[in-house]
Amino acid sequence: MSTVLDLKGVEVCYGRVEALRGLDLTVGEREIVALLGNNGAGKSTTVSTISGVVRSRAGSITAFGDDITSATPWSIVERGILHVPEGRRIFSRLTVHENLQLGGYTVRDNAVIDKRINEVYELFPRMAERRGQQGGTLSGGEQQMLAIGRAMVAGPRLIMLDEPSMGLAPLVVAQVMEAIVAINQAGASVLLIEQNARAALKVAHRGYVLDSGRVTVTGPADELRADPQVVEAYLGA
Amino acid sequence: MNDDSSAYVRAVEERAPANVALAGKGVGSPKPRRAGLPVALSGLLSSKWLGLVVAVLALALPYLNSSTYIIQIGTDALIFVMLAVGLNIVVGFCGLLDLGYAAFFAIGAYASGVLSTKCGWPMIATLPVVVAASVAGGLIIGGPTLRLRSDYLAIVTLGFGEIIRITANNLDFTGGPNGLYGIPDFGDFGLRSDVAVYWVTAAVVCVAVLFSSRLGRGRIGRAWRFVRDDEDAAEAMGIHTYKVKFAAYIAGAVFGGVAGMLFAAHQTAISPPSFNFLWSALILMAVVLGGMGSTPGVVIGALAISLLPELLRGAQNWRYLIFGLLLIVIMVFRPQGLLPARAGEPKRRRRGGVA
Repeated sequence: MSTVLDLKGVEVCYGRVEALRGLDLTVGEREIVALLGNNGAGKSTTVSTISGVVRSRAGSITAFGDDITSATPWSIVERGILHVPEGRRIFSRLTVHENLQLGGYTVRDNAVIDKRINEVYELFPRMAERRGQQGGTLSGGEQQMLAIGRAMVAGPRLIMLDEPSMGLAPLVVAQVMEAIVAINQAGASVLLIEQNARAALKVAHRGYVLDSGRVTVTGPADELRADPQVVEAYLGA
Repeated sequence: MNDDSSAYVRAVEERAPANVALAGKGVGSPKPRRAGLPVALSGLLSSKWLGLVVAVLALALPYLNSSTYIIQIGTDALIFVMLAVGLNIVVGFCGLLDLGYAAFFAIGAYASGVLSTKCGWPMIATLPVVVAASVAGGLIIGGPTLRLRSDYLAIVTLGFGEIIRITANNLDFTGGPNGLYGIPDFGDFGLRSDVAVYWVTAAVVCVAVLFSSRLGRGRIGRAWRFVRDDEDAAEAMGIHTYKVKFAAYIAGAVFGGVAGMLFAAHQTAISPPSFNFLWSALILMAVVLGGMGSTPGVVIGALAISLLPELLRGAQNWRYLIFGLLLIVIMVFRPQGLLPARAGEPKRRRRGGVA
């Protein structure tokens, strides 16, 4: 399996606070990788650093064979690395359809955008029903689907989801996870940031557990599910 | 928890049929239902023809009434419309609060004023310099400040507005506190000179209004809206936010500069007090009053702000009190502006839609 994303010894500081202290992480092609950890472990910082919003102090980030350590956010999106931010961040005053069109901002070909929007509507029929509705009037689960759909319109090769299950009912979490599997089967690699370790490890191939900016445990998802340390800290005995 | 999720499913189920019905009719965005006059009125106001009618009225004004007074306040109002439409690009489309917009107005007025009076250039020949000076001003102030967000940007632009005015007050070639006088107009084309200036102004302003509304609807306009609504999310979707904000700022600067040139030709004399903070505030007022981000709204807002004090002349000393009260009353009853921007994007032709 070829490597899509490779982080080596990445360090990030917010002023004096060290958020990441030498993080090593890889995502393989067509792989779902879960990134677990408590609040403040550095999960979101990891994604922000990959997407170019936060600058790393040391280490290197390689994606699809190119060094993107100091690339700009928009050039990273153009490489097909999409970030679905925490809290969805959909445009509440724009309609579902317009939100999806924003996803295609870096894609200049309207035919491609329309084709991908239709694919999103096939994956999430509910989005098709709500296409004319304002984003802010959707339920939490629908907003999450919209945020994922918006990223899909950009044609991601790697999609990074930051806490997609946050604040959602269990049934809806399951739907979102199903959607992630569907995106993965369609060909994209996935980096899934979750506090909900149980849900994440159900769909992931591999996982990393982050603590204080370092990887403490890593391995295939089923091993992590059995790991006593992980069970105790994240899954509950 | 189970109760929660089943309640969620039920709620979704109950809502679904209504929305499918809506989607089937191809309704773009759900609008609250209103009946009778308001519907007819908002239909009229959002129709394409309104713009055309207003433009024709503006161009035909000298035929309707060519008294010096009417032409005078008509030209003033049109220049004000241009300023408001320009500021609307910055504040309404892109969400950058600019409190020193009169600075670009001053830059344009002084650029054309200095060149035409001191160097003897014909007014029209100063246009490229006016545009270049406005762009340069936009680059100088926008370059460092557009990395800042809302409040900080407002403070810096406020300072910039004052710097330009005070600079004009203290330089020799700008005429110092006396300003410049004897600025030529664009030529009289065999007409009365104020009518000629009026028509040039009306033509330029019509083109500017059309251009700004086109800008707002294009790809860049969409990027502006995304940046305005959520800059971080826009960046996450690959929008070069800094460049996009810069584009809005420069576009606004050019509108302000050209309006300044029209103002110089119209007034034939300019001096620093013409460009004080009150101007920036009034232009912003026109944008807010009309409805931020809505080109027709902003045109109406600008006409209201510039014409109301004239219409209230009968009230003599009370006129600015009544003007102020009217503004407050309007903002209380129409906080979104007289003609707010639609919540959704302008309807696009659907291609291969699923709904």
